[in-house]
Amino acid sequence: MRVTFTVNGREQQADDVWEGESLLYVLRERMGLPGSKNACEQGECGSCTVRLDGVPVCACLVAAGQAEGREVVTVEGLAGDGLSAVQQAFVDAGAVQCGFCTPGLLVAADDLLERCPWPMSPSDADIREGLSGNLCRCTGYEKILDAVRLAAARRGEGA
Amino acid sequence: MSDVTRIPTSLTQGSQTAGGIGESKLRPDGTLKVTGEFAYSSDLWHEDMVWGHTLRSPYAHAEIVAVDTSAALAQAGVYAVLTYDDLPAAQKNYGLEIADTPALAAGRVRHHGEPVALVAADHPETARRAAAKIRIEWRELPLVTDEESALAPGAPVLHPDRADGHARHVPHPNIVHRQPVVRGDAAAAARRADHIVTGEYEFGMQDQAFLGPESGLAVPAEDGGVDLYVATQWLHADRRQIAPVLGLPEEKVRMTLSGVGGAFGGREDLSMQIHACLLALRTGKPVKMVYDRFESFFGHVHRHPARIRYEHGVTAEGRITHARCRIVLDGGAYASSTPAVVGNAASLSMGPYVVEDVEIEAVGLYTNNPPCGAMRGFGAVQACFAYEAQMDRLAAAVGMDPVAFRQLNAMSQGSRLPTGQQVDSPAPVAEILRRVQARPLPPERQWESAGGAADVRALPGGLSNTTHGEGVVRGVGYAVGIKNVGFSEGFDDFSTARVRLEAVGGEPVVTVHTAAAEVGQGGITVQAQIARTELGVARVVIAPADTRVGSAGSTSASRQTYMTGGAVRNACAAVREQVLALGRRKLGTYHPAWATAELLLEGGKVVTDGGEVLAALADVLDGEPAVDVELPFRHRPTEPFDIETGQGFGHVQYSFAAHRAVVEVDTELGLVKVVELACAQDVGKALNPLSVVGQIQGGTTQGLGVAVMEEIVVDPATGRVRNPSFTDYLIPTILDTPAIPVDVLELADPHAPYGLRGVGEASTLSATPAVLAAIRQATGLALTKAPVRPEHLTGT
Repeated sequence: MRVTFTVNGREQQADDVWEGESLLYVLRERMGLPGSKNACEQGECGSCTVRLDGVPVCACLVAAGQAEGREVVTVEGLAGDGLSAVQQAFVDAGAVQCGFCTPGLLVAADDLLERCPWPMSPSDADIREGLSGNLCRCTGYEKILDAVRLAAARRGEGA
Repeated sequence: MSDVTRIPTSLTQGSQTAGGIGESKLRPDGTLKVTGEFAYSSDLWHEDMVWGHTLRSPYAHAEIVAVDTSAALAQAGVYAVLTYDDLPAAQKNYGLEIADTPALAAGRVRHHGEPVALVAADHPETARRAAAKIRIEWRELPLVTDEESALAPGAPVLHPDRADGHARHVPHPNIVHRQPVVRGDAAAAARRADHIVTGEYEFGMQDQAFLGPESGLAVPAEDGGVDLYVATQWLHADRRQIAPVLGLPEEKVRMTLSGVGGAFGGREDLSMQIHACLLALRTGKPVKMVYDRFESFFGHVHRHPARIRYEHGVTAEGRITHARCRIVLDGGAYASSTPAVVGNAASLSMGPYVVEDVEIEAVGLYTNNPPCGAMRGFGAVQACFAYEAQMDRLAAAVGMDPVAFRQLNAMSQGSRLPTGQQVDSPAPVAEILRRVQARPLPPERQWESAGGAADVRALPGGLSNTTHGEGVVRGVGYAVGIKNVGFSEGFDDFSTARVRLEAVGGEPVVTVHTAAAEVGQGGITVQAQIARTELGVARVVIAPADTRVGSAGSTSASRQTYMTGGAVRNACAAVREQVLALGRRKLGTYHPAWATAELLLEGGKVVTDGGEVLAALADVLDGEPAVDVELPFRHRPTEPFDIETGQGFGHVQYSFAAHRAVVEVDTELGLVKVVELACAQDVGKALNPLSVVGQIQGGTTQGLGVAVMEEIVVDPATGRVRNPSFTDYLIPTILDTPAIPVDVLELADPHAPYGLRGVGEASTLSATPAVLAAIRQATGLALTKAPVRPEHLTGT
């Protein structure tokens, strides 16, 4: 079948999609967007988190056909001219080690901060709750907390 | 063939010469990783590529009576189906220490999930469906599942044809390796003891659970060889094992490291490497293989589960008199690195304590359980879990504070290990314990918010809303551990680095080329920092790791900063000498200091030790060929442990970490909340403090995981793995992981480059026993098994 949807603001099409293919497979293998990661493909690790019409979902659990006509934002769509605030904060805080969990965490953190508009800042408990669907095996999460705090604080700069 | 897209690229960093060692320089690959552009091994893509898939055994021990692949081959879209009979060379096995692992099952399988057949097809789902059509007739064989069944009279011998000569040293062929350590006179020393404390402990099978699945791309080459892009920990060791099974000389197996999504020891053994190459050579097409999470649990070795028995004696004053211990490690179906794990467990089994009189025995078994091998902490983890439980029991027996007891018996510089080896660098065991103990405790009832209401997120059970604080008790526990750094027991451990210095566009540029696997730990960051420090050049390019340069050894054993860092430093020093010689030839007539002064490279310039600038480095290099040096680095030699007494200078360096765990336990439901897990570790010299802290926090979290949730469960009746998924094999989430404050000490090791100590592993050791100790203190229960499960706490 043919699937057409908007990815990071651009309409994309994939042909010959098998009905059982996930949104994750279509993004990674058919649309050349490997940023969303394939760590468990069971909806348990969050490494493939994308936003579907604004709502964070595990792309591995969404059948590609379900995305028809909808809007998808992946990690590749977070940066503008430069890195987004949350991307830059992950780099600066040392929250990236192997980095395999990072794309999913960034999409989840971006959503978390959007739901907590400046000058409000998410509490540590809010950050933990908001990112609890994203597994990281390298960092021990401390520097991920640092990164989200940093990104939240930086939203005020220049505002 | 070079039209592979999404392959590793060189990473360039630097516009100023700041960013040398000791600074928290940021990762050169950080931007690529946060934008999704970084090419992990599962992201590789090639025009015209096909997908490989593995068919695995549903049985733990069975004979393959007959195989019929015709239905699979007949399926549309299938390019090849391979079994044992299709292996092209006389060599059909591989293995890190002993080549006992079949590339594809040879008439019998020895563990659940053993690879039996391979399929290449045009879509991963086509490959899976074709594999399901392979018909195999099985005959189940009796199982060997533990020490009792492995060593019973008449037990099936799992590797009757083992030919490495070690068999004559072990009492039963199902023992992979046995290492006794005997020193002093334990029997005599035991008579001086006022108390004897014994304990039996059990440590579950932990999984590395790296997030990036086993994956890679094999591209057949016109010369009959193959180019393999893969996530691994040691390119050259992979190639040494792959090439003979393919029937190719090593130079025809060209390997490039692809982006690695974590490793923790689990990528030290081969997974899909040989399989992808076999399919690529058979089909003539590029073959991509990517395990899903289910397959990943079968595709790599795990941490050895262990049964451990200790006896310690102690005087009324709290001095340890002697110890006896026996550590049984289940190595599973194939040897992997079990011999070295056994050596570590035996030689480090007394922990960082002075125990002069010991009788130690560690053995590693062959069973029909999943193969076990390297994981962060490598044999030292299991021992630490048990000896630290013993320390708390000993302290209680003599009525001492557990930390004071440990400090009284702590080793220090000059102490001897049970192997007789003297510790010849700082060993701040008492000090790191003092540091974690001195830290203020997190507030009591930390789950209580200002209004007195409970924030359930901070309670055991969390958002499950299982308690509002009633029935919750707190405990505090301590532990400390010792880990060896680098490869031990006489292994010729080396790393190679190639460093090139040239002028590009009027600016000096350094290129560092090694085969060292960056697995997320930050090795490439410190390589660039070292080059910047040694050569005073801002722009450093890190070339992709591949087999066109000499071996860097494994990214394991906390050795890569020490070893490849040492190699980069060596190569830089040689480059510096050559550049200065070039400068003397070219420009030496302009200033007498070229001939007389001590010269340094700083800020892109040649300067005298008095600070006088003699020339810009770019001017020295201008119009000259690049200065290019490849050099190896070796650590000082070690020696094998004596096969009967375990004596010998076996380890090159030690690393020490201590933890204090604070836990809260819901005693009604048996749920645990770890509130804080503070760590202090000596790293000799922190080349990159930010990365060092990140490593310590990550290791701590893996230790926490095995304390309270992580275990691969094998059904003893069938040998089958029961929980190969992230639904059932639990690793800590951000809600399970507490604050991890870290105290970094820098007591230089005089034998190591820059005085550094390998960092990666030590924190994994002591985190687990610290959490267990805290839960014991909270509940008063003995708790001899990790992970602790709710039923252990509620007695159900």
